[in-house]
Amino acid sequence: MGFRVLSPRISQKIMNIVFIISGLITILILVFVLGYILIKGLPVVNLDFIFSNPIDSGREGGIFPMIVSSLFVTLIAGIIATPLGVGAAVYLAEYAGENWLVKVIRFGAETLASIPSIVFGLFGLAFFVVFLGLGWSILSGSLVLAIMAIPTIFQVSEVTISSIPSSFREGSFGLGATKWQTVYRVVLPAAIPGIVTGVILGMTRAISEAAAVMFAVGAALSLPLSIFDPGRPLPLHLYILATEGISLDNAYGTAAVLVILVLFVTIITNLAVDRYQNKIMGR
Amino acid sequence: MNKIEVEDLNVYFGDNHVLKDVNIEIPKNNVTALIGPSGCGKSTFIRTVNRMNDLIPSFRHEGNVLLDGVDVYNHKMDVVDLRKKVGMVFQKPNPFPKSIFENVAYGLRIHGINDNDSLSARVEEALRSAALWDEVEDKLENSAMGLSGGQQQRLCIARTIANNPKVILMDEPCSALDPISTTKIEDLIHKLKRDYTIIIVTHNMQQATRVSKYTSFFLNGEIIESNLTDKIFIDPQNKKTEDYITGRFG
Amino acid sequence: MDKNRINEFLIEKGLFITAIFSIMVIFVIILFILMEGLPAFEEYGFFNFLFGLAWSPNHGEYGVFAMIIGSLCVTLLSLLMAVPLSLLCAIFMAEVAPNNIRKILKPVVETLSGIPSVVYGFFGLIVLVPFLRESFGGTGFSMFAASLILTVMVLPTIISISQDSLRAVPHEYREASFGLGATNWQTIKNIVFPAALPGIVTAIILGMGRAIGETLAVIMVVGNVVQIPSSIFDPVRTLTANIAIEMGYATGLHYNALFGTAIVLFLIIMILLLVANYIRYKYKVDIGGGYL
Repeated sequence: MGFRVLSPRISQKIMNIVFIISGLITILILVFVLGYILIKGLPVVNLDFIFSNPIDSGREGGIFPMIVSSLFVTLIAGIIATPLGVGAAVYLAEYAGENWLVKVIRFGAETLASIPSIVFGLFGLAFFVVFLGLGWSILSGSLVLAIMAIPTIFQVSEVTISSIPSSFREGSFGLGATKWQTVYRVVLPAAIPGIVTGVILGMTRAISEAAAVMFAVGAALSLPLSIFDPGRPLPLHLYILATEGISLDNAYGTAAVLVILVLFVTIITNLAVDRYQNKIMGR
Repeated sequence: MNKIEVEDLNVYFGDNHVLKDVNIEIPKNNVTALIGPSGCGKSTFIRTVNRMNDLIPSFRHEGNVLLDGVDVYNHKMDVVDLRKKVGMVFQKPNPFPKSIFENVAYGLRIHGINDNDSLSARVEEALRSAALWDEVEDKLENSAMGLSGGQQQRLCIARTIANNPKVILMDEPCSALDPISTTKIEDLIHKLKRDYTIIIVTHNMQQATRVSKYTSFFLNGEIIESNLTDKIFIDPQNKKTEDYITGRFG
Repeated sequence: MDKNRINEFLIEKGLFITAIFSIMVIFVIILFILMEGLPAFEEYGFFNFLFGLAWSPNHGEYGVFAMIIGSLCVTLLSLLMAVPLSLLCAIFMAEVAPNNIRKILKPVVETLSGIPSVVYGFFGLIVLVPFLRESFGGTGFSMFAASLILTVMVLPTIISISQDSLRAVPHEYREASFGLGATNWQTIKNIVFPAALPGIVTAIILGMGRAIGETLAVIMVVGNVVQIPSSIFDPVRTLTANIAIEMGYATGLHYNALFGTAIVLFLIIMILLLVANYIRYKYKVDIGGGYL
C-alpha cells in the first residue's frame, strides 16, 4: 500500500509552516500595497487638496469635483439599486417558493454579477448615453452602476432573509398578521444588518468602479451640479492621471483618498451593523 | 357549552394521511389537553384550528372545524381575523427580535391600534395577565431576545393575550423550559382558563393531569379516547390508552 | 378587510416586477451588445474575427485571436500563482489557525477585496513595472506584471469562497478521522479537502471570471501590444483592454468590432458560468453570496 516518505508528525510540522507562510504572505501583500499608497499619498492629502478644484487637467490643485462626482453617482446608484435588489430578494425568499422561474431569476442575477465591468461600460454607452439620449452625465453613470450593484444587493439580501428563523414568521402569522405585515415588520427588521451590509458592499463596488463608467459619465473636470452634468469619479481620475502621466503626486493623493473613503465606509457600516444586531438580539 | 366542535376531520400532506376522522368537542373556558406519542398528529390538529397549516403548500383537509358554530375553513372566513381570535403559543419561545414592549404591542399595531396611551395600557395589562410585568416593567425597551427561556415563553403568552383572543392554542409550551419555568407557565394556565378556552398539546402526562380538565389521546392520527382528565388517567376505557399512560409504549 | 387583500396583491406583484427586473436588464444588455457587435461579424466574417491574428483598425483588420490568447494567458498565469496561495490560506484560516490569528486574517482578506481595482493597477504601474524592468530587463510592462496584479485581486475571492466550503464540511468527518489517530494535516488532505473540492473548484472558476473581466488594472501594466506572447515577460493585450483603450475614438466598423470583442468576452464568461453552475448543481455546492 505504498510507503511513507515522511512520518505523519514531520509532514504535519512542515505543513504548519507552509500554512503560516501563506497567511503571512497574504498579510504582507495588504500591508505593502496599502502602506505604499498611504505613505506616498497621505502627505499630498490636506484640506486644500480635498476642497479645491483641479488646475491644469489635475497637474495642480485638488480633487473636490471628483469626490463630489464619486459620491453623487454612488448615491444615485444606491437609491436606484436598493429597492430593486431588496425587492427581488424579498420576492424570492418570501413569496416565490421553489419553481423554474426562481431558478431563472437566480441565474439571471448571477449572470448580471459576472458580466465584466467594461461590458457594462459599452452597454451604458450604447443604451443610456446614445439610445436614451442621456448623454455623458451623472445619471448615465449612476444607471450603469445601479445595474451592476443590483446582483450584489440581491444575493446578500436573499441569503440573509432566507436565514431568518421561520419561528419569527409563525409567531407573526399566529397573531393574525398578513404576509406583508410579517415581512415588513418582523422579517425585514431582523434582516436589516445583512441587507445593509449587502447595500454597502454594492455601493463600495460602485464607488471603486472606473471601467463601467468611463464611457457613461464623461470625464469633465468641473463640479457636477445636477444629474445631467458630466462628472469624473475618483477612480477614473486616478486612471487618467496615472496613464496619461499627468501628475504622480496627485495620483497618489487621489488613490489614498479613494482607499480611505472605501475602508472608512466599510468599517463604519460594520460597526453600526454590529451595534444594531446586538441591540435587537439583546446582547 | 362547546367553543369548538370538530366533525370528521381528515388532513393530508400530499399523499400522507395525517389526521383520520377526528371528532372532538372543546368546551368553553376550560383547558383541554392533547396527549400522544410524537408524530401522532396532535400538533397538526391544533394548527388546523387557526389554519396555520395553510402555510404548507401540500396541506389538504376534509370535514368541519366549527368555532362558535362557524366552519373556520368556510370561504368567507378571514384568516387574519381567525388567527386574532385563536391565538397560538409555540413549542419553542419565539419572541421577535424587538423590544419587550414592541413584542406585545405587535399584534395591536398590525390590527390598527397606534395610539400610544392605549398601546401602553394594553401592553401592561397583557404583561400582568401573563405574570411577567413585575420582572420586566423597568426594561420594556430592552430586546426580548435577552430574556430567559421561561420569560420569553410568558412574553409570547402575553403577546397572544394582548390580541384579546377567545381561544389559546399551546403547542408543547414547556418542552424547551426548565422545571421552575414550567411551574410558572402551568400556574399561568390555571389563571387564564377563566377567560380563555385553552387547548394544550403536551408530551408530559403529569402536566396534562396538573393543568387540564379534559384530555384526548391521539394515536397515529386518530383520537382513541376523549374524556375528563381524571377519568382518562384513572380508568381508561381503551386498551391502547391504558398502554400509553402506563408507559408501555410512546 | 378587502382593502388588505388588494394591498397584499399589489405588493406581491410589485415585488415580482423587481425580481424579474434583472432578467429584463440582461435581455436588454445582450440585445444592445449584439445589435452593435454583429455588424462586425457580418462584414469581417465571424471566423476571420475570432481567429484573425491582425488587429489594425486603420487598415480595416479586426482579428481578436491574439487578444483571446492574451486574456487566457494572463488569467491562467495569475491562477497558477493565486490558487496555491489562496487555498493554503483558506485551509489555514478554516482548519489550522487559532482564533486570534483568524481574527486578524479575516479583515485582511476583506480589505484586500475592498481596495479598488484601479488602485491595484496604479500600484502595479509605479512599483511592480519598474521593479520588473530592473530585475528582468525589457520595459517591465508584461503578461507577468498583469498576472501578479490579478493574483492579488482574485486572492480574496478564492480564499473566502473556499473557506466557506471547507467550513461546510460536517464536523463529524473530522472527529471520525482524528478518532482513528490521524494528524490534522492527514485529516485535511484525505477527508476535508476532498469533501470541499466541488466548492473549491467553483471558487477557482469564479476567480477566473474576475481575472478575465478585469480591465483598467490590467491595461495599466500589461503593455497592450497585440501579439501572441513567447515569454511571460512579453507585453500582450487582453480583450477587456482592447475595448477600453480604443472605445474613446472608435467609429464605424471599428466601433462595431469593439462590441464584437465584448461579445467574445461575454461568451467566455458564460462558458465559465455554466461550468461553475454545472459543478454546483451536480455536487450541490452552497457558496452563499459568491459571484464572479
